[in-house]
Amino acid sequence: MSAAPQKAKAGAEQINVKVSAVVPLNDLVTRFEFQRTDGQRLPTFSGGAHTVVTMNDDGRTRLNPYSLMSDPTDTSTYAISVRRDDQGRGGSLFMHTRVKVGDEMQITYPVNLFSLDLRAKKHVFFAGGIGITPFMSMIAQLERSNGNWELHYAVRTEALGTYVDELRYKFPNKVHVYYDDQSQSIPLEELLDGQPLGTNAYVCGPKGMIDWIHATAAAAGWPDAQVHSEEFTAPQPGKPFEVRLCKSDKTIQVGESESLLEALEREGVEAPFLCRGGACGQCETDVVSYDGEFIHRDHWLEPEQQAGQKIMPCVSRFVGASLEIDR
Amino acid sequence: MSKFQFPESIKSRPVYGTLEPRVGKFHLMIADAEGAEAILELAAQDSALMAKSHIIFIPNGTDYGDQLKALNPAQYYEGPSYAASVQRIRHVLANAHQGLQVYLTGTEGLMGQAQNEAMQAGIPHTFIQTEHRGSVARRMQCVHCKGITEDVMTDPFVCSHCGLNLFVRDHYSRRLAAYQGVCIDAEDPGNVPEPVELYK
Amino acid sequence: MTIQFNDETFRDDYSFHNSDWAIKRFPFPFHEDSYMYAVNMEQHRGGPEGSVYEKRFDVDEHYVAEMRDRAMVLADDPLRCQSLPHMTLAGWDLLELIMVSKSEDYPDLFELHHDADQWRWVNKPLGIDDTFTFLDETTLPYGPMEYITRQTQGDFCVLDQREENLWMDAGMVTTQADWSLDFDLGMNFFEWHAPVPLAHEMGIFKRALKFLLNIQQGAPARRMNWTMTVNPLLDTSPENYHKWGIQKTTLTPENIGSKQHLRVELQTFFRLPRSNALVFPIRCYLCSFQDLMTMPKWGRRLHRVVRDLPVELATYKGFIDNRPMMLDYLSQFDDGLPTSPGVFPEPETEPPLNKAG
Repeated sequence: MSAAPQKAKAGAEQINVKVSAVVPLNDLVTRFEFQRTDGQRLPTFSGGAHTVVTMNDDGRTRLNPYSLMSDPTDTSTYAISVRRDDQGRGGSLFMHTRVKVGDEMQITYPVNLFSLDLRAKKHVFFAGGIGITPFMSMIAQLERSNGNWELHYAVRTEALGTYVDELRYKFPNKVHVYYDDQSQSIPLEELLDGQPLGTNAYVCGPKGMIDWIHATAAAAGWPDAQVHSEEFTAPQPGKPFEVRLCKSDKTIQVGESESLLEALEREGVEAPFLCRGGACGQCETDVVSYDGEFIHRDHWLEPEQQAGQKIMPCVSRFVGASLEIDR
Repeated sequence: MSKFQFPESIKSRPVYGTLEPRVGKFHLMIADAEGAEAILELAAQDSALMAKSHIIFIPNGTDYGDQLKALNPAQYYEGPSYAASVQRIRHVLANAHQGLQVYLTGTEGLMGQAQNEAMQAGIPHTFIQTEHRGSVARRMQCVHCKGITEDVMTDPFVCSHCGLNLFVRDHYSRRLAAYQGVCIDAEDPGNVPEPVELYK
Repeated sequence: MTIQFNDETFRDDYSFHNSDWAIKRFPFPFHEDSYMYAVNMEQHRGGPEGSVYEKRFDVDEHYVAEMRDRAMVLADDPLRCQSLPHMTLAGWDLLELIMVSKSEDYPDLFELHHDADQWRWVNKPLGIDDTFTFLDETTLPYGPMEYITRQTQGDFCVLDQREENLWMDAGMVTTQADWSLDFDLGMNFFEWHAPVPLAHEMGIFKRALKFLLNIQQGAPARRMNWTMTVNPLLDTSPENYHKWGIQKTTLTPENIGSKQHLRVELQTFFRLPRSNALVFPIRCYLCSFQDLMTMPKWGRRLHRVVRDLPVELATYKGFIDNRPMMLDYLSQFDDGLPTSPGVFPEPETEPPLNKAG
C-alpha cells in the first residue's frame, strides 16, 4: 500500500532521560533511577519488561538491556538494578563508575520478552541473585490485581541479598529466601509437588538454575509451556575475527571485546535488534558461506539453523578462515 | 481396525496422535467406545501406569468395560453418556495438581469436549494427548443459531436446532469443541445438494 | 474543520453515502495494477493531512451512524463482543489508548480529564459525558473494551501474546468480512487464518506473525486488506449469512455501479503497555463502484486488479460468481492508459478517461 512508507528502525523507540538517583544496594549491585528530560510521563509497562540503556563510553557506544524493576504504574520514574561484572566487557563497570545523578542518557521504550501468563491460577517465581529484578515489577503488577504469587529467591550471602529486606517486610508470607553460604537451597521438588492445576513457574537467574528448574518440572510432569525463563546472555568476549558483508560489500573486523552486532553498528551497517541478548530473534542473519566454527550463544535458532545457516550477531561469534553473512 | 487416517487439512483442524505413557503425578484417561482399545494399548506399554490412573469410559454400546476394569486402574468409572460424566470430570480436574497427565481417546466429539474441560482447568491444550478411534462423526456448531448437532455423518446436514441446511467446514473451535456449519443455500435458496457421507 | 456526521443506514434502505471528501480520502488499497498477498506492513505514524492514515484512530462522517449500527448488532447478538477473563487488563489498556489518542487528535470532539484514577470522558458526537475510576470495572456500564469500542469505528481484536504466538482472546466484531469472533475466540494466529487460501503455502502468515510479535510500545504498524460487498452492509457476518447472502444475487448491469462496494480494511497494530497484549483494530471503509469511478486512476486500476485476480482469491473473497458482471462494468472505465504508482487518486495529474462511455 505505502501511504507514507517509513523505514523500520533498529531497536525500540528511544526516550531521553536524566539519572535521578544512584543508590548503591550492596558491594555488587546499584540501583539507577531515570526521569524524562522533557518532564513528561514515562510509558507504563508490563511486569517483566526490560529497557536497553545507551552508554557513551568515551566515544564507544554500549547498549545493555536491563529489566525494569520499578512499579509499572509509576510513570514518573523507571528503575533498573545493575550488578557489577568485573570480568565483563565493561557496560556494568561504566554504569557503576561513571554514571552520576543528573547525567543525561537514552533508554528504549519498554520491551517485554518475559511476561506473565495472566491466565495462570498461580504464579511461582524462582530468582537467583540479580535475577530478582524482573520479579520486582511482576510482583508490583500482581499486587494491584490481587494476583496469587509466591517468590523463592536464592542469594549468595545475607550481605548480597538485593531487595531481600524490602520484599520480606512487604510480603512476609509470600517471599522465601535461601542463602548459599548457609547451605540452604530451594526445595524444588517439594515446591513443584502439589501446586494447583494451572500454576505457572518463572525463573530468572544463572543458566544452571534455569536448566535445573526446566528439567525438574518436566520430570514432575509439568507442561514446559508453564515454565517461563529469562536469561539475557551478555555477549562474551572472544578472539577477533573477520566477516565479509555481502549486501554492504564490506569486510569488517570484530574486536575481542565487541560483539558482531556492535561491529556492524560501528561500521554503519544497520541491523535490527531488541534484546541484544540472543532471545528476541530480531537480528537473525543468514550465513552466505563459511569455513570454520561458529560459537553460538543464542536461545533463538534451531540446531539445524545453527549448523551453518544463520547467526545471531548480538551474542554469537566465529572462529576460522572465512565467514560471509547477508548484511 | 478402529483407526482412521484423516486427510490433511487446514491449520485449525485438530491433528490426533498416538497415546504414550508420560511421567506424571497422576493420569486421567477419558475414552468412548473404541477408544478403549487405545487405553488397552497404552496400559500394555507401562505396567506401573494403572496404579496412578483414573479411567472414565463411555461404552456407547461397546463391551470393552470388562477389559478396562481388568487393568486394575486406581479408579474406574463407566458412564452412560458424556453428559452424565462431565460433572465427574470437572470435579477430578478441579482437585488435581500440576503434574496431571490427561489422555483422551475415541470420537472427535468426546475428545474435543473433554479437552475443553482440561484446558479450562489450566492445562495447555498442546499438553493434552489425544488419539482418534472409532466413529468419524463430527460435532458441528451451526454458526447461525449456535446450536450444536452431534454425530454428523453427512455433508451437507440439517441443523438439529434451526433446521437450516449446513455444509461441513474443517474450521474447528477448541473453545466450542465443534466444527463450523454454514448455510449451504443462502445465495440460492432451496438448492441443496444430496448429502454425501463424510470422507467418502 | 469539524466533521458533519451523516444520518444514514447500513441495512434495510441502505442510505449510506460518501461525500466528495470521503471519496477523495477513500483508502484505495491497490498501489499497482495487480494484487497478490503480501505482509505489506508499514509504521503507523501519521500520513498526508486529511488522509485516513493521519490520525491514530480515524473519525469520519460515518461515525455516528456506524456506532448506531453497532449498537443494533449487539442488541441482536451480544456474542459479537467477548473478552476471556484474563483480557480485562488489555481492555483497560485499549480504553486508555483510544481515549488519549482521540482527545489529542480530535480535541473539538473528545475530551479526557484525569484526576488521579478518576477519569472524565466526554464524547460530543455521541452525547456521552461519563466519570469513572480507571481499572475499576464496577464504575463503567460495560467492560472496558466494550465500553470504548461501542464508541470507536472499526472492529477490534485484542490478542494475547504467549508461546511465540498471538491468541484471539477478546474482541468487538460487528463490521467483519465474513468471520465469526464467537467461533474464532481463543484461536492462535495460524488457526484463525486457517480458512484463507494460498497465503499459508506462501509463508505469509509466518512472516506476518514474526513481525507482529515484535511490534513494540511507541511503534504501531498498519496494513490494508480488502474484499467486495454488495450493498453498503457493515455486518457481513457468518452469523447472518443466511440472511444477507441472497443480496449477492441482486446485482444487475443497471444497479451494479451503486450496489457493488469495494470494502477496504485499514488494519493497525498497537502494543498495549500493561498487559503486553496486541490490539488489532480493523477499520472498514466502503465505497460504491460508481463513486470510485469518479477517479480515473482508480477506474483503470480496479478493472485490471479484478480481471487478473487468481480464481482462489476471487472465490475466497466471495465474488467469483459476480466477477463477469463486475468486469463488464469496470471495463468501461479502463482505456488502457498507464497508471501512476501509489494508492492516492491524484485527480489533478492523472489523465481523464479517454473512452466513449
